[in-house]
Amino acid sequence: MPLRTPLYDSHLAAGARMVDFSGWEMPIHYGSQIEEHHAVRRDAGMFDVSHMCALDLAGPQARDYLRFLLANDVAKLTVPGKALYSCMLDEAGGVIDDLIVYYLGPERYRIVVNAGTTEKDVLWMRGVLTRFDARLTVRRRRGSDAVAIIAAQGPGAHERRHSGVDAVAMIAVQGPQARERFWKAFPELRAATEGLGIFQAAEVRFNDADWLVARTGYTGEDGFEITLPAGEAALVWYQLRGAGIKPCGLGARDTLRLEAGMNLYGQDMDENISPYEAGLKWTVDLKDAGRDFIGKAAIEGPEARPAANQFQGLLLLDRGVLRAHQKVITPQGEGEITSGSFSPTLEKSIALARLPHGVAIGSEVDVEIRDKRLKARVVNPVFVRNGKPLI
Amino acid sequence: MNTPANLKYAASHEWAKLESDGTVTIGITDHAQGALGDIVFLELPDIGRAVKAGEECAVVESVKAASDIYSPVSGEVVAANTAAVDAPESVNADAYANWLFRVKPSNPSELDALLSADAYAATL
Repeated sequence: MPLRTPLYDSHLAAGARMVDFSGWEMPIHYGSQIEEHHAVRRDAGMFDVSHMCALDLAGPQARDYLRFLLANDVAKLTVPGKALYSCMLDEAGGVIDDLIVYYLGPERYRIVVNAGTTEKDVLWMRGVLTRFDARLTVRRRRGSDAVAIIAAQGPGAHERRHSGVDAVAMIAVQGPQARERFWKAFPELRAATEGLGIFQAAEVRFNDADWLVARTGYTGEDGFEITLPAGEAALVWYQLRGAGIKPCGLGARDTLRLEAGMNLYGQDMDENISPYEAGLKWTVDLKDAGRDFIGKAAIEGPEARPAANQFQGLLLLDRGVLRAHQKVITPQGEGEITSGSFSPTLEKSIALARLPHGVAIGSEVDVEIRDKRLKARVVNPVFVRNGKPLI
Repeated sequence: MNTPANLKYAASHEWAKLESDGTVTIGITDHAQGALGDIVFLELPDIGRAVKAGEECAVVESVKAASDIYSPVSGEVVAANTAAVDAPESVNADAYANWLFRVKPSNPSELDALLSADAYAATL
Protein backbone atom coordinates (compact mmCIF):
# COMPACT_ATOMS: atom_id res chain seq x y z
CA MET A 1 0.00 0.00 0.00
CA PRO A 2 1.63 3.24 -1.07
CA LEU A 3 1.76 6.09 1.40
CA ARG A 4 -0.39 9.11 0.65
CA THR A 5 -0.06 12.66 1.88
CA PRO A 6 -3.06 14.65 3.16
CA LEU A 7 -3.16 16.29 -0.29
CA TYR A 8 -3.62 13.08 -2.28
CA ASP A 9 -7.22 13.85 -3.24
CA SER A 10 -6.29 17.44 -4.08
CA HIS A 11 -3.70 16.15 -6.55
CA LEU A 12 -6.17 13.86 -8.27
CA ALA A 13 -8.71 16.68 -8.46
CA ALA A 14 -6.07 18.87 -10.14
CA GLY A 15 -5.43 16.21 -12.79
CA ALA A 16 -2.10 14.96 -11.45
CA ARG A 17 -0.24 12.02 -12.91
CA MET A 18 0.83 10.12 -9.81
CA VAL A 19 4.06 8.15 -9.43
CA ASP A 20 5.81 6.25 -6.69
CA PHE A 21 8.45 8.28 -4.88
CA SER A 22 10.20 6.46 -2.02
CA GLY A 23 6.99 4.59 -1.26
CA TRP A 24 4.82 7.71 -1.49
CA GLU A 25 2.24 8.21 -4.19
CA MET A 26 3.13 11.70 -5.40
CA PRO A 27 2.28 13.96 -8.37
CA ILE A 28 4.95 13.97 -11.09
CA HIS A 29 3.08 16.68 -13.00
CA TYR A 30 -0.42 18.03 -13.57
CA GLY A 31 -0.21 18.20 -17.36
CA SER A 32 3.07 19.81 -18.34
CA GLN A 33 6.22 19.64 -16.27
CA ILE A 34 7.78 22.42 -18.35
CA GLU A 35 4.86 24.81 -17.79
CA GLU A 36 5.03 24.13 -14.07
CA HIS A 37 8.76 24.83 -14.14
CA HIS A 38 8.20 28.16 -15.88
CA ALA A 39 5.42 29.07 -13.44
CA VAL A 40 7.91 28.85 -10.58
CA ARG A 41 10.62 30.80 -12.42
CA ARG A 42 8.23 33.51 -13.62
CA ASP A 43 5.36 33.71 -11.14
CA ALA A 44 4.43 31.19 -8.43
CA GLY A 45 4.01 27.46 -8.07
CA MET A 46 3.46 25.12 -5.15
CA PHE A 47 4.61 21.66 -4.23
CA ASP A 48 3.26 19.13 -1.80
CA VAL A 49 6.32 18.19 0.23
CA SER A 50 4.42 16.43 2.99
CA HIS A 51 6.31 13.22 2.23
CA MET A 52 9.38 14.80 3.76
CA CYS A 53 9.65 14.21 7.47
CA ALA A 54 9.59 16.90 10.13
CA LEU A 55 11.14 16.14 13.49
CA ASP A 56 11.03 18.20 16.65
CA LEU A 57 14.00 18.23 18.96
CA ALA A 58 13.80 19.67 22.44
CA GLY A 59 15.84 19.48 25.61
CA PRO A 60 18.71 21.03 27.53
CA GLN A 61 21.29 19.35 25.30
CA ALA A 62 19.49 19.79 21.97
CA ARG A 63 22.14 22.23 20.74
CA ASP A 64 25.08 20.09 21.88
CA TYR A 65 23.47 17.10 20.22
CA LEU A 66 23.07 18.85 16.87
CA ARG A 67 26.60 20.25 17.00
CA PHE A 68 27.84 16.66 17.28
CA LEU A 69 25.32 15.15 14.85
CA LEU A 70 25.71 17.58 11.95
CA ALA A 71 28.65 18.71 9.83
CA ASN A 72 27.38 22.28 9.77
CA ASP A 73 27.37 24.10 13.10
CA VAL A 74 24.04 25.05 14.67
CA ALA A 75 25.95 27.34 17.04
CA LYS A 76 25.59 30.02 14.37
CA LEU A 77 21.81 29.86 14.78
CA THR A 78 21.36 32.47 17.49
CA VAL A 79 18.18 34.23 16.40
CA PRO A 80 14.97 32.18 16.78
CA GLY A 81 13.67 31.15 13.37
CA LYS A 82 17.06 30.98 11.66
CA ALA A 83 17.66 27.87 9.55
CA LEU A 84 20.70 25.97 8.39
CA TYR A 85 21.35 23.43 5.64
CA SER A 86 23.59 20.57 6.70
CA CYS A 87 24.82 17.11 5.90
CA MET A 88 24.50 14.37 8.48
CA LEU A 89 27.60 12.21 8.13
CA ASP A 90 28.48 8.72 9.25
CA GLU A 91 31.79 7.88 10.94
CA ALA A 92 33.40 7.31 7.54
CA GLY A 93 32.40 10.77 6.36
CA GLY A 94 29.70 9.48 4.02
CA VAL A 95 26.48 11.45 3.72
CA ILE A 96 23.57 9.79 5.56
CA ASP A 97 21.25 12.60 4.51
CA ASP A 98 21.07 16.31 3.88
CA LEU A 99 18.56 18.29 5.90
CA ILE A 100 17.42 21.66 7.12
CA VAL A 101 17.44 22.48 10.80
CA TYR A 102 15.44 25.42 12.20
CA TYR A 103 16.29 27.03 15.52
CA LEU A 104 12.89 27.71 17.03
CA GLY A 105 13.94 28.93 20.46
CA PRO A 106 16.10 28.00 23.42
CA GLU A 107 16.43 24.20 23.50
CA ARG A 108 14.02 23.76 20.57
CA TYR A 109 14.73 22.83 16.96
CA ARG A 110 12.76 21.59 13.95
CA ILE A 111 14.54 19.31 11.50
CA VAL A 112 13.26 18.35 8.04
CA VAL A 113 14.76 15.26 6.37
CA ASN A 114 14.21 13.52 3.04
CA ALA A 115 11.30 11.13 2.54
CA GLY A 116 13.30 8.17 1.30
CA THR A 117 15.81 8.34 4.14
CA THR A 118 13.46 8.98 7.04
CA GLU A 119 13.66 5.55 8.64
CA LYS A 120 17.43 5.25 8.60
CA ASP A 121 17.79 8.90 9.67
CA VAL A 122 15.56 8.44 12.69
CA LEU A 123 17.38 5.24 13.70
CA TRP A 124 20.71 7.03 13.41
CA MET A 125 19.53 10.14 15.19
CA ARG A 126 18.05 8.09 18.04
CA GLY A 127 21.28 6.14 18.35
CA VAL A 128 23.33 9.31 18.73
CA LEU A 129 20.74 10.79 21.04
CA THR A 130 21.39 8.20 23.76
CA ARG A 131 24.38 10.29 24.81
CA PHE A 132 22.39 13.53 25.14
CA ASP A 133 19.55 14.90 27.19
CA ALA A 134 17.02 15.80 24.55
CA ARG A 135 13.83 14.42 23.04
CA LEU A 136 13.22 13.73 19.35
CA THR A 137 9.65 13.67 18.08
CA VAL A 138 8.77 12.48 14.60
CA ARG A 139 5.82 14.47 13.35
CA ARG A 140 3.24 12.21 11.78
CA ARG A 141 2.86 12.75 8.09
CA ARG A 142 -0.62 11.34 7.66
CA GLY A 143 -3.78 11.51 9.69
CA SER A 144 -4.14 7.75 9.25
CA ASP A 145 -0.84 6.82 10.87
CA ALA A 146 -1.57 4.36 13.63
CA VAL A 147 0.87 5.81 16.11
CA ALA A 148 2.90 8.93 16.32
CA ILE A 149 6.45 7.85 16.78
CA ILE A 150 8.29 9.36 19.63
CA ALA A 151 11.88 8.66 20.40
CA ALA A 152 12.63 9.92 23.81
CA GLN A 153 15.98 8.87 25.07
CA GLY A 154 18.93 10.07 27.02
CA PRO A 155 19.37 10.98 30.62
CA GLY A 156 16.31 12.55 32.07
CA ALA A 157 14.13 11.75 29.13
CA HIS A 158 11.56 9.05 28.92
CA GLU A 159 10.16 7.05 26.06
CA ARG A 160 6.52 7.54 25.41
CA ARG A 161 3.93 7.12 22.76
CA HIS A 162 2.40 10.39 22.01
CA SER A 163 -1.00 10.46 20.44
CA GLY A 164 -1.28 14.16 21.12
CA VAL A 165 1.20 15.14 18.41
CA ASP A 166 -0.77 16.20 15.39
CA ALA A 167 0.07 15.13 11.88
CA VAL A 168 1.50 17.84 9.68
CA ALA A 169 1.53 18.62 5.97
CA MET A 170 4.15 20.69 4.19
CA ILE A 171 3.53 22.92 1.20
CA ALA A 172 6.29 24.82 -0.62
CA VAL A 173 5.16 27.96 -2.45
CA GLN A 174 7.95 29.12 -4.74
CA GLY A 175 8.52 31.82 -7.32
CA PRO A 176 9.01 35.57 -7.58
CA GLN A 177 5.31 36.16 -6.76
CA ALA A 178 4.95 33.28 -4.30
CA ARG A 179 5.04 35.33 -1.12
CA GLU A 180 2.65 37.99 -2.45
CA ARG A 181 0.19 35.34 -3.58
CA PHE A 182 0.51 33.54 -0.26
CA TRP A 183 -0.34 36.79 1.55
CA LYS A 184 -3.23 37.35 -0.83
CA ALA A 185 -4.65 33.99 0.31
CA PHE A 186 -3.72 34.55 3.97
CA PRO A 187 -3.53 38.30 4.64
CA GLU A 188 -3.59 37.60 8.38
CA LEU A 189 -0.12 36.05 8.10
CA ARG A 190 1.55 38.92 6.29
CA ALA A 191 2.62 40.86 9.34
CA ALA A 192 4.24 37.86 10.98
CA THR A 193 6.08 36.68 7.86
CA GLU A 194 6.98 39.65 5.68
CA GLY A 195 10.04 40.49 7.73
CA LEU A 196 11.54 37.03 7.34
CA GLY A 197 14.98 36.94 5.78
CA ILE A 198 16.24 34.14 3.56
CA PHE A 199 16.55 30.91 5.56
CA GLN A 200 14.47 32.30 8.38
CA ALA A 201 11.18 30.95 9.73
CA ALA A 202 8.39 32.10 12.00
CA GLU A 203 6.11 30.04 14.19
CA VAL A 204 2.66 31.49 13.80
CA ARG A 205 -0.66 30.76 15.41
CA PHE A 206 -3.41 30.58 12.82
CA ASN A 207 -6.94 29.14 13.03
CA ASP A 208 -6.12 27.82 16.50
CA ALA A 209 -3.22 25.81 15.12
CA ASP A 210 0.55 26.11 14.94
CA TRP A 211 2.10 26.80 11.55
CA LEU A 212 5.74 27.18 10.65
CA VAL A 213 6.34 29.53 7.75
CA ALA A 214 9.93 29.38 6.48
CA ARG A 215 11.58 31.39 3.75
CA THR A 216 13.32 28.35 2.34
CA GLY A 217 12.95 26.19 -0.73
CA TYR A 218 14.48 23.87 -3.29
CA THR A 219 14.01 25.77 -6.52
CA GLY A 220 16.41 28.73 -6.55
CA GLU A 221 13.46 31.10 -6.24
CA ASP A 222 12.05 33.09 -3.36
CA GLY A 223 9.11 31.67 -1.44
CA PHE A 224 7.95 29.90 1.67
CA GLU A 225 7.84 26.37 2.95
CA ILE A 226 4.81 26.05 5.19
CA THR A 227 4.24 23.36 7.79
CA LEU A 228 0.64 23.16 8.92
CA PRO A 229 -1.85 20.71 10.45
CA ALA A 230 -2.57 17.83 8.07
CA GLY A 231 -6.31 18.29 8.46
CA GLU A 232 -6.15 21.81 7.02
CA ALA A 233 -3.88 21.01 4.10
CA ALA A 234 -6.56 20.43 1.46
CA LEU A 235 -8.37 23.69 2.21
CA VAL A 236 -5.13 25.66 2.30
CA TRP A 237 -4.05 24.12 -1.02
CA TYR A 238 -7.40 25.17 -2.49
CA GLN A 239 -7.02 28.71 -1.18
CA LEU A 240 -3.47 28.98 -2.53
CA ARG A 241 -4.72 27.83 -5.94
CA GLY A 242 -7.37 30.51 -5.70
CA ALA A 243 -4.61 33.07 -5.17
CA GLY A 244 -3.06 32.03 -8.48
CA ILE A 245 -0.39 29.61 -7.29
CA LYS A 246 0.02 26.76 -9.77
CA PRO A 247 0.25 23.17 -8.49
CA CYS A 248 3.62 21.73 -9.53
CA GLY A 249 4.83 18.16 -9.43
CA LEU A 250 8.04 16.41 -8.53
CA GLY A 251 9.16 16.61 -12.17
CA ALA A 252 9.38 20.40 -12.11
CA ARG A 253 10.86 20.26 -8.62
CA ASP A 254 13.73 18.20 -10.02
CA THR A 255 14.50 20.46 -13.01
CA LEU A 256 14.21 23.56 -10.80
CA ARG A 257 16.63 22.24 -8.18
CA LEU A 258 19.01 21.06 -10.91
CA GLU A 259 19.06 24.51 -12.54
CA ALA A 260 19.66 26.00 -9.10
CA GLY A 261 22.59 23.61 -8.61
CA MET A 262 21.08 21.97 -5.56
CA ASN A 263 22.04 18.40 -4.79
CA LEU A 264 19.55 15.56 -4.64
CA TYR A 265 20.22 12.99 -1.96
CA GLY A 266 20.67 9.48 -3.36
CA GLN A 267 21.70 10.83 -6.71
CA ASP A 268 24.39 13.48 -6.20
CA MET A 269 25.58 12.12 -2.86
CA ASP A 270 25.03 9.19 -0.52
CA GLU A 271 26.90 7.19 2.12
CA ASN A 272 29.70 6.42 -0.32
CA ILE A 273 30.40 10.07 -1.05
CA SER A 274 31.91 12.66 1.24
CA PRO A 275 30.47 16.18 1.18
CA TYR A 276 33.78 17.28 -0.35
CA GLU A 277 33.05 15.15 -3.41
CA ALA A 278 29.53 16.51 -3.79
CA GLY A 279 30.23 20.24 -3.85
CA LEU A 280 29.15 20.61 -0.23
CA LYS A 281 32.38 21.72 1.43
CA TRP A 282 30.69 25.07 2.16
CA THR A 283 28.29 23.27 4.49
CA VAL A 284 31.02 21.68 6.62
CA ASP A 285 31.82 24.14 9.39
CA LEU A 286 35.34 23.80 10.83
CA LYS A 287 35.57 27.25 12.40
CA ASP A 288 35.29 25.97 15.94
CA ALA A 289 38.37 23.75 16.05
CA GLY A 290 37.24 22.42 19.39
CA ARG A 291 33.99 21.03 17.99
CA ASP A 292 33.89 17.34 17.23
CA PHE A 293 31.18 16.01 14.94
CA ILE A 294 30.48 12.61 13.46
CA GLY A 295 32.55 12.09 10.32
CA LYS A 296 34.99 14.91 11.07
CA ALA A 297 37.99 12.63 11.58
CA ALA A 298 37.26 10.82 8.33
CA ILE A 299 37.15 13.96 6.20
CA GLU A 300 39.55 16.22 8.11
CA GLY A 301 41.72 14.02 10.33
CA PRO A 302 45.32 12.96 9.62
CA GLU A 303 44.05 9.77 7.95
CA ALA A 304 41.54 11.62 5.78
CA ARG A 305 41.47 10.50 2.19
CA PRO A 306 41.65 13.48 -0.18
CA ALA A 307 38.51 14.08 -2.25
CA ALA A 308 38.78 11.80 -5.26
CA ASN A 309 37.22 14.31 -7.61
CA GLN A 310 35.58 17.68 -8.03
CA PHE A 311 31.90 18.44 -8.43
CA GLN A 312 30.96 20.70 -11.34
CA GLY A 313 28.22 21.54 -13.79
CA LEU A 314 27.98 20.54 -17.43
CA LEU A 315 26.22 22.35 -20.25
CA LEU A 316 25.59 20.15 -23.29
CA LEU A 317 26.72 21.89 -26.49
CA ASP A 318 25.36 19.24 -28.88
CA ARG A 319 21.74 18.17 -29.07
CA GLY A 320 20.66 15.51 -26.61
CA VAL A 321 19.88 15.08 -22.94
CA LEU A 322 22.41 14.49 -20.18
CA ARG A 323 21.34 11.85 -17.65
CA ALA A 324 22.67 10.42 -14.40
CA HIS A 325 25.43 7.81 -14.77
CA GLN A 326 26.57 8.87 -18.23
CA LYS A 327 30.34 8.74 -18.56
CA VAL A 328 32.29 11.98 -18.96
CA ILE A 329 35.60 11.78 -20.85
CA THR A 330 38.20 14.44 -20.09
CA PRO A 331 41.94 14.76 -20.76
CA GLN A 332 42.43 14.19 -17.01
CA GLY A 333 40.42 10.96 -16.94
CA GLU A 334 36.84 9.83 -16.66
CA GLY A 335 34.02 11.37 -14.67
CA GLU A 336 30.36 10.62 -14.13
CA ILE A 337 27.14 12.57 -14.32
CA THR A 338 25.17 12.37 -11.08
CA SER A 339 22.07 14.36 -12.16
CA GLY A 340 21.13 15.45 -15.64
CA SER A 341 18.09 16.69 -17.46
CA PHE A 342 16.77 19.26 -19.85
CA SER A 343 16.79 22.79 -18.49
CA PRO A 344 13.51 24.48 -19.45
CA THR A 345 14.96 27.91 -18.65
CA LEU A 346 18.13 27.52 -20.74
CA GLU A 347 16.48 25.22 -23.30
CA LYS A 348 19.62 23.13 -23.18
CA SER A 349 20.59 20.03 -21.32
CA ILE A 350 22.51 20.49 -18.05
CA ALA A 351 24.02 18.20 -15.47
CA LEU A 352 25.89 17.91 -12.20
CA ALA A 353 28.95 15.70 -12.46
CA ARG A 354 31.90 14.35 -10.56
CA LEU A 355 34.98 15.14 -12.62
CA PRO A 356 38.69 14.44 -12.17
CA HIS A 357 40.76 17.17 -10.54
CA GLY A 358 42.35 19.53 -13.01
CA VAL A 359 39.40 19.79 -15.38
CA ALA A 360 38.94 23.56 -15.60
CA ILE A 361 35.69 25.51 -15.68
CA GLY A 362 35.12 26.60 -19.26
CA SER A 363 36.87 23.60 -20.79
CA GLU A 364 35.13 21.20 -23.15
CA VAL A 365 34.64 17.53 -22.36
CA ASP A 366 32.93 14.58 -24.04
CA VAL A 367 29.89 12.79 -22.68
CA GLU A 368 29.08 9.26 -23.77
CA ILE A 369 25.39 9.07 -24.64
CA ARG A 370 24.39 5.69 -26.03
CA ASP A 371 26.91 5.05 -28.83
CA LYS A 372 27.85 8.70 -29.37
CA ARG A 373 30.24 11.19 -27.83
CA LEU A 374 28.72 14.64 -27.40
CA LYS A 375 30.46 17.89 -26.46
CA ALA A 376 29.74 19.58 -23.16
CA ARG A 377 31.24 22.60 -21.40
CA VAL A 378 32.29 22.50 -17.76
CA VAL A 379 30.51 25.28 -15.86
CA ASN A 380 29.97 26.50 -12.34
CA PRO A 381 27.15 24.27 -11.04
CA VAL A 382 24.62 27.03 -10.50
CA PHE A 383 22.75 27.45 -13.76
CA VAL A 384 19.77 29.64 -12.87
CA ARG A 385 18.86 31.67 -9.79
CA ASN A 386 15.96 34.03 -9.17
CA GLY A 387 14.70 33.64 -12.72
CA LYS A 388 18.02 34.55 -14.32
CA PRO A 389 20.42 32.33 -16.26
CA LEU A 390 23.89 32.48 -14.74
CA ILE A 391 25.81 30.76 -17.52
CA MET B 1 -7.75 7.08 -25.09
CA ASN B 2 -6.95 8.36 -28.55
CA THR B 3 -6.19 5.38 -30.84
CA PRO B 4 -7.21 6.06 -34.46
CA ALA B 5 -8.82 3.02 -36.08
CA ASN B 6 -6.93 3.38 -39.37
CA LEU B 7 -3.56 2.66 -37.74
CA LYS B 8 -1.82 -0.50 -36.58
CA TYR B 9 -0.10 -0.62 -33.20
CA ALA B 10 2.81 -2.32 -31.48
CA ALA B 11 2.54 -3.30 -27.81
CA SER B 12 5.65 -1.15 -27.29
CA HIS B 13 3.48 1.92 -28.07
CA GLU B 14 4.43 2.70 -31.67
CA TRP B 15 1.82 3.22 -34.38
CA ALA B 16 2.29 2.25 -38.04
CA LYS B 17 0.43 3.44 -41.08
CA LEU B 18 0.63 1.85 -44.52
CA GLU B 19 0.89 4.64 -47.09
CA SER B 20 -0.43 4.44 -50.66
CA ASP B 21 3.15 4.26 -51.98
CA GLY B 22 3.74 1.12 -49.96
CA THR B 23 5.93 2.72 -47.29
CA VAL B 24 5.06 2.56 -43.59
CA THR B 25 4.98 5.70 -41.45
CA ILE B 26 5.87 5.19 -37.79
CA GLY B 27 5.33 7.27 -34.68
CA ILE B 28 4.52 6.91 -31.00
CA THR B 29 1.00 6.67 -29.62
CA ASP B 30 -0.87 9.32 -27.73
CA HIS B 31 -0.66 7.11 -24.65
CA ALA B 32 3.14 6.97 -25.03
CA GLN B 33 3.55 10.74 -25.33
CA GLY B 34 1.36 11.23 -22.26
CA ALA B 35 3.35 8.74 -20.24
CA LEU B 36 6.66 10.31 -21.28
CA GLY B 37 5.63 13.86 -20.52
CA ASP B 38 7.21 16.90 -22.15
CA ILE B 39 9.33 15.66 -25.06
CA VAL B 40 12.54 17.63 -25.57
CA PHE B 41 14.73 15.56 -27.89
CA LEU B 42 14.35 13.06 -30.73
CA GLU B 43 17.06 10.87 -32.18
CA LEU B 44 15.87 9.37 -35.46
CA PRO B 45 17.47 6.67 -37.66
CA ASP B 46 19.65 7.57 -40.62
CA ILE B 47 18.03 7.30 -44.02
CA GLY B 48 19.12 4.11 -45.75
CA ARG B 49 19.50 2.16 -42.50
CA ALA B 50 18.18 -1.39 -42.62
CA VAL B 51 15.98 -2.18 -39.63
CA LYS B 52 14.36 -5.36 -38.37
CA ALA B 53 10.93 -5.54 -36.81
CA GLY B 54 11.36 -5.02 -33.08
CA GLU B 55 14.77 -3.38 -33.46
CA GLU B 56 15.59 -0.21 -31.48
CA CYS B 57 16.08 2.52 -34.00
CA ALA B 58 15.05 5.84 -32.44
CA VAL B 59 15.06 7.52 -29.06
CA VAL B 60 12.46 9.88 -27.64
CA GLU B 61 13.64 11.87 -24.63
CA SER B 62 11.27 13.72 -22.36
CA VAL B 63 12.38 15.91 -19.48
CA LYS B 64 11.84 12.83 -17.36
CA ALA B 65 13.46 9.98 -19.26
CA ALA B 66 14.82 8.51 -22.47
CA SER B 67 12.71 5.92 -24.24
CA ASP B 68 13.74 3.56 -27.05
CA ILE B 69 11.51 3.34 -30.09
CA TYR B 70 11.28 0.04 -31.95
CA SER B 71 10.51 -0.33 -35.62
CA PRO B 72 7.24 -2.28 -35.96
CA VAL B 73 8.31 -3.60 -39.39
CA SER B 74 11.51 -4.67 -41.17
CA GLY B 75 12.87 -2.76 -44.12
CA GLU B 76 14.85 0.29 -45.10
CA VAL B 77 14.47 3.71 -43.49
CA VAL B 78 13.45 6.08 -46.29
CA ALA B 79 12.56 9.24 -44.34
CA ALA B 80 12.95 10.86 -40.92
CA ASN B 81 10.75 13.71 -39.73
CA THR B 82 13.25 16.56 -39.29
CA ALA B 83 10.43 18.98 -38.49
CA ALA B 84 9.69 16.92 -35.38
CA VAL B 85 13.40 16.88 -34.49
CA ASP B 86 13.36 20.68 -34.58
CA ALA B 87 10.16 20.85 -32.51
CA PRO B 88 10.03 17.73 -30.31
CA GLU B 89 7.11 19.16 -28.33
CA SER B 90 4.96 18.75 -31.47
CA VAL B 91 4.81 15.03 -30.66
CA ASN B 92 3.10 15.88 -27.37
CA ALA B 93 0.68 18.15 -29.20
CA ASP B 94 -0.33 15.51 -31.76
CA ALA B 95 1.43 12.15 -31.68
CA TYR B 96 -0.34 10.91 -34.81
CA ALA B 97 0.28 13.93 -37.07
CA ASN B 98 3.89 14.20 -35.99
CA TRP B 99 5.42 10.96 -37.17
CA LEU B 100 9.03 9.96 -36.54
CA PHE B 101 10.32 7.92 -39.50
CA ARG B 102 9.21 6.00 -42.57
CA VAL B 103 10.25 2.50 -43.62
CA LYS B 104 10.03 0.77 -46.98
CA PRO B 105 8.96 -2.65 -45.70
CA SER B 106 10.80 -5.77 -46.84
CA ASN B 107 7.97 -7.96 -45.57
CA PRO B 108 4.65 -6.07 -45.62
CA SER B 109 2.85 -9.03 -44.02
CA GLU B 110 4.50 -8.03 -40.72
CA LEU B 111 1.87 -5.30 -40.55
CA ASP B 112 -0.81 -7.96 -40.13
CA ALA B 113 0.88 -9.15 -36.94
CA LEU B 114 0.46 -5.73 -35.34
CA LEU B 115 -2.45 -4.82 -33.07
CA SER B 116 -5.69 -3.19 -34.15
CA ALA B 117 -6.73 0.02 -32.40
CA ASP B 118 -9.12 -1.91 -30.15
CA ALA B 119 -6.58 -4.60 -29.33
CA TYR B 120 -3.96 -1.96 -28.49
CA ALA B 121 -6.39 0.05 -26.39
CA ALA B 122 -7.17 -3.13 -24.47
CA THR B 123 -3.49 -3.40 -23.43
CA LEU B 124 -3.49 0.02 -21.78
